[in-house]
Amino acid sequence: MIAFKNINKSFGRLKALHDVNLDCNSGSTLALIGPNGCGKTTLIKGLLGMVVPDSGQILFNGKSIYNDHLYRNCIGYMPQIGRYPDNMTIGQIIDMIQEIRQPEKPVDDQLYRLFDLKNMADKKMRTLSGGTTQKVSATLAFMFNPDVLILDEPTAGLDPLASEILKEKIIQEKEAGKLILITSHLLSELDEMVNGIIFMQDGKIVFKKEVDIIKSETGEDRISKAIAKILKSAAHV
Amino acid sequence: MYRIMKYVMLDILKNKILLFYTLLLAILSWSVFSLEDNATKGLLTLLNMVLLTVPLIAVIFSAIYVYNCGEFIELLVSQPIKRTKIYISIFTGLSISLLLAFMVGAGIPILIFAFNVSGLHLIIAGIFSTMVFTALAFLSASLTRDKAKGLGIAILIWLFFALLFDGIILFLVFQFAEYPIEKMMIGISVLSPIDLSRILVLLELDVSAMMGYTGAIFKEFFGTFTGRLFTILLLILWTIIPFLIAMFRFRKKDL
Amino acid sequence: MKYKIFVWLFLLLGFSAIASGRQLLTGPFKQYPSIKQALNQSLAGDTVLVFAGTYKEGNIIIDKPIYFKGTGNPVIDGELKYEVLSVKSPNVIVEGFTIRNSGHGSLDDPGGIKVYASNNVIIQNNKIENNFFGIYIQYSKHCLIRNNYIISNATDEQLIGNGIHCWKSDSLQITSNEIQGHRDGIYFEFVTNSDIFMNHSKNNIRYGLHFMFSNNDSYVLNTFTGNGAGVAVMFTKNVKMFHNVFEQNWGDAAYGLLLKEISDSQIAGNKFISNTSGIYMEGTNRIIVTKNSFHQNGWGMRIQASCMDNIVTKNNFTANTFDITTNGSLVLNNFDGNYWDKYEGYDLNKDKKGDVPYHPISLFSVIVEMNPPAMLLYRSIIVSLLDKSEKLIPSLTPDLFRDNTPLMRAIEL
Repeated sequence: MIAFKNINKSFGRLKALHDVNLDCNSGSTLALIGPNGCGKTTLIKGLLGMVVPDSGQILFNGKSIYNDHLYRNCIGYMPQIGRYPDNMTIGQIIDMIQEIRQPEKPVDDQLYRLFDLKNMADKKMRTLSGGTTQKVSATLAFMFNPDVLILDEPTAGLDPLASEILKEKIIQEKEAGKLILITSHLLSELDEMVNGIIFMQDGKIVFKKEVDIIKSETGEDRISKAIAKILKSAAHV
Repeated sequence: MYRIMKYVMLDILKNKILLFYTLLLAILSWSVFSLEDNATKGLLTLLNMVLLTVPLIAVIFSAIYVYNCGEFIELLVSQPIKRTKIYISIFTGLSISLLLAFMVGAGIPILIFAFNVSGLHLIIAGIFSTMVFTALAFLSASLTRDKAKGLGIAILIWLFFALLFDGIILFLVFQFAEYPIEKMMIGISVLSPIDLSRILVLLELDVSAMMGYTGAIFKEFFGTFTGRLFTILLLILWTIIPFLIAMFRFRKKDL
Repeated sequence: MKYKIFVWLFLLLGFSAIASGRQLLTGPFKQYPSIKQALNQSLAGDTVLVFAGTYKEGNIIIDKPIYFKGTGNPVIDGELKYEVLSVKSPNVIVEGFTIRNSGHGSLDDPGGIKVYASNNVIIQNNKIENNFFGIYIQYSKHCLIRNNYIISNATDEQLIGNGIHCWKSDSLQITSNEIQGHRDGIYFEFVTNSDIFMNHSKNNIRYGLHFMFSNNDSYVLNTFTGNGAGVAVMFTKNVKMFHNVFEQNWGDAAYGLLLKEISDSQIAGNKFISNTSGIYMEGTNRIIVTKNSFHQNGWGMRIQASCMDNIVTKNNFTANTFDITTNGSLVLNNFDGNYWDKYEGYDLNKDKKGDVPYHPISLFSVIVEMNPPAMLLYRSIIVSLLDKSEKLIPSLTPDLFRDNTPLMRAIEL
């Protein structure tokens, strides 16, 4: 569904992406992990059209996304830190995105209800806590039933209850057969959600494997431990 | 496009600084007109305001807004909408809000106390001061990611056109006093949007004839209908070109 | 003034006595088909009454004291070749004609009506159009020119003379005429003891009114609009200029009023509105300028260094670009007690006079005087800053050039 082909990207002298090749198909929920500055965010931004690669192509459903914007109808994106114009209210933000998207199907307002945003619809974004802002971002990402979900540190800043609600929602969408890309530092959180891991380092993809294979290779039953084991063995070599 | 613009405006119109700006303009204009028994003199006092305050507020407010919008713009870019549309929407939303502030604060008193051709020209000058410096703010914001630097550039642009540019002209006038430099000066004054706005209003207040030979040339150039059209056209270019450069840079920019 | 009124009264009575002579009816199907025939047959004191029609009879000469009257607007046409009407006798009245198309010539200055060394001539209620000179008076006294409409439509400046041209005459009355399109609207050279009253002189190519070597005259309640260079009073003494309006004289060398080498005169109650320079003074001495209004001029007054002992007081200076400039540094004139709308001082002791002096000369006006193209920067922020700093610490502008008692409120005029 999504294919990165020989993507290179540098910011000045820093090489952020180095000949990245990657295929992601629907039905998989992938965790994009790696140390800080490994190129995760750049990769995601490339997919969203926020960063234009120096070379290579990104294909969405077989079509290059270069100079296209309509493909983003199929993507829901939840940024790591959402910041919105100070004086807009939650209601207005949601209305605005709806007006931009003009969905044909009825919107999915499950998160809106579960997060109880309705009671806060008139609150200005300036007055919201970080957690509430994340709730708004999450709500927007899932609202239009997109085929692809890109979630950048989705649970960071959310209280345990909201975090749980969001996880439930992710699992629900996963079961609906969507392609979900999650970046996270909290490997322990990923266990129930993902079925594949993409590990990046220094702008390169070190490996992309299914979770079951990783677990059986390492003999660990938790993702965090499995990854730690892989990293250690890599360091010894 | 209209959809984003609407929400941008809803956001800015609730902004306290903008409300303060409107109030400031209103207080200045009303007090100028009620203290001066002579509407023309009031207009001339307001001309200074239009040439000084309006561009300053427009350039700073817009630059800050564009920087503060960074993440919001990212969110919009992740939506199925063209980048150019996003940028144009924010620009129009921002400049319409600033124009509204100008019209409510200064435009209404001008229309009430000096409803004549000069007053209308002053309003036109104010409108363009706002638009041009909003566009220049976008330009400076597009030049650097660093908010402090971008604001610095914006203020420098304002300082240059409000003060330094005329200082340079004055210097040139004295340096080349022996030469017929009138035509050259027309060419130079076209390079400053503030000077263009000022000349637009001045010619309407009919002081050009007193400038002697100089004035005759200026009047011949700026004073006719074609000249006035040309001045306005230049001001439109002064709005469009910086904005287009900014948009071109934004289109290619990595967020 | 009173003396003059009596003179005119006697004159009028005298004329009505003359006019009670015979009536010679002139016109198509009348007693005399041509004006010349009628004039030939007329005797002193007769009335030659001319009926409607167009008369092309070359140069018509009136050499007897008669009442030459048109009825039904007869037209006398000079066919662009002749002087139309020459008055060569005293005590003539010319009334009710349209006189047009005189010839042109630089040697003999032909006019629509020309008065040759004749006293007590009255020219009134005529329409005088498209002549080289409109009305020309020379070596004459006690003439009255009243209520004529004088217009030239020529475009070639070579072919345009003055509207009312007066030369070496005395005690003339020029009243209620309207003059436009001529070279000078009214021209006085060596004319004394005369009054110019309630005329409207507009859109003339050079001056609305031009005075040369003409002493002891007055002009009152006239309006001068849109003339090439305004009004000029030169080489003259003792002129009274009261309650005139000088307006819309715009241009490089245009003035509301140009004063050159004049002395001992009074300028009072006039309005100078929208002129490039309200008053331009050169070599002017002992003039009193008072109760005038200077409004929306480029320069209210431009006073050259050659002027001295003039008093400018109780005037209103409003909405002028520059109130006053001078090219000298010596201050030999007095400017106390005017109202300046640019004054920013205060009046703590409530005597209606500002407590700090006002300096009418701004730094920028000095800069422009030195360097005219600098005018392009008028009203720019840098210029405002320069002017403000100059006010605090005067360096280039003459410090003594000031109004010590500026008024806080405009004078009711």
